[in-house]
Order: sequence, then C-alpha cells, then structure tokens
Amino acid sequence: MRRMRFSELRSLWQGIVLAFLSSAAFAASEPANGTNIFAPASTPAKLVALLSGFVLAITGIIFGVVFTLLAYSVIKFRERAGDAGREPPQVYGSTQIELAWTITPILIVVVLFLATARVIHAVQDAPQPPGAIAVTAIGHQYWWEFRYPKLGVVTANELHIPVSDPANPTPTFLTLLSADTDHSFWIPELAGKTDLIPNHPNRMWMDPQRTGIFLGQCAQYCGVQHAKMLLRVSVDSPEDFATWVRGQQQPVVRDARVAAGRRVFESNACMNCHAVGATPANGRFGPDLTHLMSRVTIASGAARNTPENLRLWIQNPNAIKPGSLMPAMQLNDADLDAVVSYMETLR
Amino acid sequence: MSSNAITIPGVQINEKPWVDTLHEWVTTVDHKRLGVLYILYALLFLVIAGVEALIIRIQLMFPHNHFVSPQVFNRLFTMHGTTMVFFMGMPILFGFANYLVPLMIGARDMAFPRLNAFSFWLSALGGFLLYFSLVGANGLYGAGNAPDVGWWAYAPLTARAFSPGHSTDYWTLALLVSGFGSIGTAINIIATILCMRCPGMKLSRMPLLAWLNLVMAGMVLIAVSPLTAAQAMLLIDRYLGGHFFDTQAGGSAVLWMHFFWIFGHPEVYVLIIPCFAFMSEIIPVFSRKPIFGYPVMVAATVCIGFVSMSVWAHHMFTVGMNSYANSFFAITTMAVGVPTGIKIFNWLGTMWGGRIQFKVPMLFSIAFLFQFLIAGLTGIMLGSAAFASQLSLSYFVVAHFHYTLVGGVVFAVFAAIYYWYPKITGRMLNETLGKMHFWLFLIGFHLTFDLMHFPGLLGMPRRIYTYEPGRGWNTLNLLVSIGAFIQAIAILLFVANLIISYFKGAKAGNDPWDAWTLEWSISSPPPAYNFASIPVVASRRPLWDLKHPEDPDSRYE
Repeated sequence: MRRMRFSELRSLWQGIVLAFLSSAAFAASEPANGTNIFAPASTPAKLVALLSGFVLAITGIIFGVVFTLLAYSVIKFRERAGDAGREPPQVYGSTQIELAWTITPILIVVVLFLATARVIHAVQDAPQPPGAIAVTAIGHQYWWEFRYPKLGVVTANELHIPVSDPANPTPTFLTLLSADTDHSFWIPELAGKTDLIPNHPNRMWMDPQRTGIFLGQCAQYCGVQHAKMLLRVSVDSPEDFATWVRGQQQPVVRDARVAAGRRVFESNACMNCHAVGATPANGRFGPDLTHLMSRVTIASGAARNTPENLRLWIQNPNAIKPGSLMPAMQLNDADLDAVVSYMETLR
Repeated sequence: MSSNAITIPGVQINEKPWVDTLHEWVTTVDHKRLGVLYILYALLFLVIAGVEALIIRIQLMFPHNHFVSPQVFNRLFTMHGTTMVFFMGMPILFGFANYLVPLMIGARDMAFPRLNAFSFWLSALGGFLLYFSLVGANGLYGAGNAPDVGWWAYAPLTARAFSPGHSTDYWTLALLVSGFGSIGTAINIIATILCMRCPGMKLSRMPLLAWLNLVMAGMVLIAVSPLTAAQAMLLIDRYLGGHFFDTQAGGSAVLWMHFFWIFGHPEVYVLIIPCFAFMSEIIPVFSRKPIFGYPVMVAATVCIGFVSMSVWAHHMFTVGMNSYANSFFAITTMAVGVPTGIKIFNWLGTMWGGRIQFKVPMLFSIAFLFQFLIAGLTGIMLGSAAFASQLSLSYFVVAHFHYTLVGGVVFAVFAAIYYWYPKITGRMLNETLGKMHFWLFLIGFHLTFDLMHFPGLLGMPRRIYTYEPGRGWNTLNLLVSIGAFIQAIAILLFVANLIISYFKGAKAGNDPWDAWTLEWSISSPPPAYNFASIPVVASRRPLWDLKHPEDPDSRYE
C-alpha cells in the first residue's frame, strides 16, 4: 500500500517535470507573434493601439508638468539652515489660479473623451459584412469550444480564421457564450477582450492582416484552472483556411486496427463528455475529438499534442492541469495504449 | 481652549492587574481607545494579508512554478483582496477617524459611543468569520477552506453548483457583518461632525480632515448598502432557492457585477478620501503654510463624492455593454480626474513658497503625491473605455490599483501614523528607523509596482496561478517579487519602530510638530475626557491664532 502511494507520487512528479519541460520547449518554438498590445495585427487592436498612443502622450505631458512642479517645490522651498523659527508668508489661496487648474483639466478630459468615444463606436458598432466568417465561441471550465455554424465545423481551443485583406475584408465575427462561469476572450494582438457570460451573449470581431499563430488566454477568473485556459488563433491564408475547413468537414476516420481503443472509449465514461463524429460518443461537456489530431495542443494549450502527453492526460490530467474537470480514467496499461492509439487515428 | 488637565483629588493611581486592563479595553466606549483598537486590528490584518501577498509573489517568481497549487493560489488572492479592503483599509481609516475627528472638532467623544463600540466589534467579528472559514467551512475537499471566488466574487462562480461547501458563505457573512459595522461607524461620524462641533467651529472652519471624513462617511452609507443587499441576495440564492444570480436558472451574472461595483468603485474613494484628509493636515504643517484654497478643497471633495457614484461600470468595460453606456462611463471616469487633479494642485500650492521640513510624515506625503499622480494618470488610461478593453483584467490593472492603494493609501497611512503616533502614545517614533523604513519601502514599492504595469501591456492576465514562459513576462515577474520582499523588510522595520518607540521613544509633549489643530492643544496621550473645558475657536487654525496673536487667521476669514 505504502509502496504504491510512493510510486504514484513519483509518476505524478515525473508527469509534472515532463509537462514543464515539454511546455518550455514548446514555448521556445513559438512563432514570432507575442501577446503585446502595442503590436496589433487587426483593425480593432490597431484602433486601440493608436488611441492608447494618444492617451499616453497626453498623460505623459501632464505627468511631466506636475512632476516638475513637485520636484521644483520640494527643492526650492525646502527648509534651510537660516530659516529656523521664521514662518513663511501665509497664503490662503487664489481664485484665478484655482480657475486655471480647473478649466485646463476639463478641456483635456473633453479631448480625451471625444477620442475615446470615436474608437468605442468604430470598434463596437461596426456592421457585420455579408462575407464575414461567423464563429460561436463557448467558454467552458477550462477550455474553449468553437462552432462555425455556416461551415458545419466544431473544434476546440485552437481557432482558425482567414487572413483579411484590407481591400477585400473577410473579418471574423464571434458570438460569445458561456456554458458555466464567466470567461473572457483575449488575443491582445487581434482585439481587446470581451467577456463570455452565461445568459448574456456578446459579440466581437477581428480582421487579422497577417498570417501566423496568435496567442492569448482566458482573462476573466473562471475557477481553479483559469491560468491554463490558453487560447491559440491560427490566422491562415485563404487557401490554408479552405483546406483546414475541408479537413474538419470530413467524416470521422474509421480504422479497424484501433477497434479495441474505440471500444474502451465507448464503454468508459469518455463518451459521456466527448463527441467523436458519427459514433455513439456525443458528449458536449468536453472538447469534440472528431479531428483531435489536427490540433497542435491538448488540455486547452497546457500541453503539446503528442502520444506521450495524450497518454499522461488520460491517465492523470492533474499532472498537466491540476483541478481540470477531466477525471483520471483509471485504465490499465493495455486499455490506455489502445485508447491513445484510437485518438491518434482521429485526424 | 484648555491645555490643562483636570486633577481628581483623592484618587490614587495603582498598578492594575492585566485582567482589569483587558476588561477596560474590551468594554471601552472611548473613541480614542476604539480608534486604537481599529488601528491595531487593521495592522494585524495588514501583516496577515501581506504574508498572503508574499506567497502569491513566490508562486509567480518563475513560470510554471509549483510553490502552491492553483486551489491554494486562488484562496490566497481571494483572502488577500478581501482582507486588505475590508479588514485592513477600512478599519485603519475608521480608526483614525474615530481617534481624530472628536479631538479636531473639540468634542469629548463621538455622538454615539456605544454604537461606536458595537460597530468595531461587528467589524472584528467579520474578520474573524472570514478567517474562521479555514477551519469552519467544509469546502470542496471536506475540510475547512478559505473562500476562493475572488474578492469581487462574480456570479455564477458563487452559486452552489460551482462553490459547494461553506467557504463562500463565510465570505458572504464576513462582508455582511462588517458592512453593518461600517454603516454604524458612518452614521456615527456624520452625527458627530454635524452635531458635536465646539463653539465657533462653523462648517467653514472645520479642519479638512473632518470635512473629508464627513464626505467619506456619506459615501459609505450610500455604497455599502448595495453590497450588503447583494450579500443577502446571494444567501437567498444559495439557501432559499432564489435565482438573482443563478445563471443556470435564468439569473443574471451582470446584475451581481452592477451591485458589486456600485459599491466597489465608491469604495476606493472611501479608502482614498481619508488619505486625502491626512495629506491636507500633514502637508500644511510641514510646509509651514495654511492649506491652499480651503473652500476649493472642500468643493472638490464633495464633487468627488458625487461623481464617483456614477463611474462604477468602468469596471465592466469588457462585459459587453453597448457603446453609449461605455461612452457614458468613460466620461464620468475621466471627469472624476478633474476634482482629484485640483486637490493635487492645491497641495502643490500649499508647498509652494513654504519652508518644507523633511520629517518622516512629510517624506511619506511627498511620495504619496508622486505616486497618486501616476495612479491618477493610469486611471485615466483605464477610463478610456477602448484602451481599457486591452488593459482591464490584466496586470496593468493590478499595478494601477496597487499604486492607488499602496502608493496612495498605505503611504498616507504611514504618514498619519508617524504624525499622530506621538499624540496617541505620548512618544515620538524613532526618526532614523522611520527614514530607513521610508526609503526601503519606497524602493520596494517602485520595484514591484512600476514593473508590474508591463506584463499587463504584454498580455498577462491577472488572477492566474502560473504563466507560460516565452512571453516576456519572466524577468519582470521575478523583479516584482523581489520588490515585494524589500517592502516586507521595510514593514518589519516599521513594526519594530512601533514597539521600540512605545517603550523607549522620546517624550512627545503636547505639540511636537508645532501644528495648528485642536488635538495638539491637549496632553499626549489625551485624557479620557479630551478637553477639560470645551474650546472656543475663531478660525481654521486655532493654535496658530494662539501662537501668533499679532497675526491671527481669524483676521482673514
């Protein structure tokens, strides 16, 4: 009994080290796009970055002026050796000066407000053009579900959208829903964040103007694993996007060689939460696995999608993501291998 | 005006047994003792919540760190926030209000001494309940657990589906109970200021500290009530089958946000206005000039009081309000910067042309001005709703509000403690230790909170127990954590100073700072009855008039 505990602990520890190393290596191989709000690649983020430059400039000037006054008065009016006992002239105030430093800030506020209101309107009230891609994003504890109703595609955690040519824009409009608690969709280089709130559908859009992987994560505290509710957006060229959509529209691959794994999947609790194409597995609580192998990551970005990580994830999700709602499946080694093999055929 | 104490003939002062002393403190209705109790209670929680912050910072030193589990981390930031706001910030400011307001307006006690004691003990019970959850709440894992829903406790995370067990109930009850205490104290402060002023002290002659606490108390009445109501509604949801916030039964998560922030934003002004009050007393004394533009300072404070009631939804710029609502809350938020700016300008005007003495309270006050300026400007950025769609919920916000609450409130509270400690205990705080505390805390503060803005700009969300490497956040987070430890060392020096000076500090005398308000006219510590005979004042600076009969203020007012 004691020995088993110990070995369990050790495997947990190994899992942790493995997860750490793999995600470190994984991060090192990330493409150049970061999560910097001042490196926008899409209209809403660009408008905000432009506005923020303006606001920073004005607040910077205010800071310079007031700081100079403060530093000047601290240095100039410090008590000196000969001052002891003498009080300075007692001044009680000045109406003119008060008026000056009341009216100037009011004018600054009006200017800042008008600049802000313009951007709010431009970002929030933008009409949805007919060619836009419509995606429904649903926040779950602790993963993202993406549904493309017009294209009949369902995927998780990794959003694919086409690049948008400014001359002929193909923006993506997201409808944001939540299945449980509050979440927030944030890809800093593509748009400001918008929350996903149950019973309160929201909307946001982006029109990325360069291809690549854009990173982000859930920004609203949603529970234990809020930190590892990561988000990847793959901005594809129109051709790549079309290829990806076709791939996702394919029916599920049926491979007789992994029938054992499929049996394990469908005779355990796996199928209660996960859906796999046209099979009895049609759960909605966890990510749709029909095209699992088309995704680069698992566990909402917490680990790279490799057979070893898949195995670890099924065996002990807490090793990768403690507090995740996926239960440890308690499978024996043979069943575990079979299920992983089955997963590997879901292309 | 009286600086003489009453001697009661025939009473021998004997060494009392400690049980008697304890009994006196527990049953006291004296505003000064209750003030001291509030302050000590708050300092205790400052240390507890500070340790929680240190654990948080250790966890965030490195990416993928495993110092604490995500569950523990979430409890830590929930407890840190709740404790600092409700059981450190408000009590310490109430403590100073309790201690100083009657002394400054020439009264012998608060208007309702028993209500005062009742309010303190209710607040104390609230803090006790919050921490009793550690043993009393059979949370998710069957054992006692601290709440983990965040100090803002957004629905539906607080619904029983997502928060089984009782930890959330302890959080709710703690806030409900301390909320009643806050409302009691607010009523008391208002009644005291309006009804207990000494002869000659018209509202227009009241020290600014009393004026600002009057505005603060008014805001507490308006702002804490919705929070208390929301807690009652949450309890109804959790135990009586209500559906106010239960989204799975059609309730509204956004409704909770409105309830919470219509309390939560005025709350930050409830915390900062008493600090403005400290500044308005300390800066003039150490600049050797009266406050610049007294009537404008009063008007600006009242204006902040009103405008800050209409800015709450700037905490909700990302929840999907329509563009008109976002624009409305953007302009009200920016507008609140105008009276706040006026206050900063008036403090500068007070220093201008003075003879500034760099005693420890003044050092903290100058640092306050500098830091509050920056906090105000980052507040303007966050008020710009579109800009806020990137900044909010990120570490930029964490840096911003710690700039106001540490750079503002905590620095002002330190200034106040160094300034009034001699009055409260009769002994001066050690100046050398005080300066070491100041510089160390200043360096730690800026290392932590200056740098904390940048991970936010680089896309680091708040409330995450760990983060991915390779996003440019690593070094910044490490430095931020180092700064937190420098601050902790400074706090240790401060606590040591409080204790050492209590026994060994130089005798303060009645008026160590050569100040001008009534509390400095009586002995330190003041006698239980405060004033042997009720003073009569003729200007805003009664002690100035006394010290300068050739040129009294009363000639100009």
